Amino acid sequence: MADVNRGNRPLSPHLTIYRPQITSVLSILMRITGVGMTLGSLLAVWWFLAAASGPEYYDYVNGIVTSWLGGLIMLASLWALWYHVCNGLRYLFWFEAKHLDVDKVTRSGQAVVAASVILTLLTLIIIL
Amino acid sequence: MQFLTDRKRTTGLGSAKDGTEHLWQTKVTSVALVILTPLFIFMFGAHLGKDHGTVLAVYGNPMIALIAIVMILVTFYHLKLGLQLVIEDYISNHLWRTVAMLGNIFLCYAAMAAGTFAIAKIAFGA
Repeated sequence: MADVNRGNRPLSPHLTIYRPQITSVLSILMRITGVGMTLGSLLAVWWFLAAASGPEYYDYVNGIVTSWLGGLIMLASLWALWYHVCNGLRYLFWFEAKHLDVDKVTRSGQAVVAASVILTLLTLIIIL
Repeated sequence: MQFLTDRKRTTGLGSAKDGTEHLWQTKVTSVALVILTPLFIFMFGAHLGKDHGTVLAVYGNPMIALIAIVMILVTFYHLKLGLQLVIEDYISNHLWRTVAMLGNIFLCYAAMAAGTFAIAKIAFGA
């Protein structure tokens, strides 16, 4: 609580001198994937809007979304989505104060990374 | 302030006046998205890049259209909550923070409206 025991305590180490660990890296990745997916989700809405607009505009937007760059953004978004979903499940356990021991947090982090890659490949196999 | 209990502090609802509502809504939408994501993503991915007629036929199906609409609504509501946290954490300048907050709200609701309208139009026969 913000107003309790706010004594003259030391500040936490600054980010740049803190050794990256799987826990901190995955935590930052959760934000990066969340913010990053803004682009992919807006592209998806634009694609739906184009499909509703007519065949010419659809072909134009569909071409952009499936272009080299658009495809790369959608592929990155696909991995980001599965990572965000898997790591989000991890957060939901934490909110219930479960699996919070250091070794469990490390192992669930490794599992989330593996699951996100496997689900991305699985999705590509199914949709392509 | 030290006379306040934790419960009183929570029901006092802090400066935002909505207590833990933000976290709760994030949790509810995240559970919904765990269910919606697999329902949506395979259908969406499989038809991305297909010809216009195929897309119209697929999203003409009421179930597929409904899943896509709910996915877009919940996604952009969840995004609005998430981006708000990021703005609060990283933008300290009052003017820029206000601009970003408003931009976030406008962008997310506009995307919800656009996505819902587009898919509804396709489903009702574009």
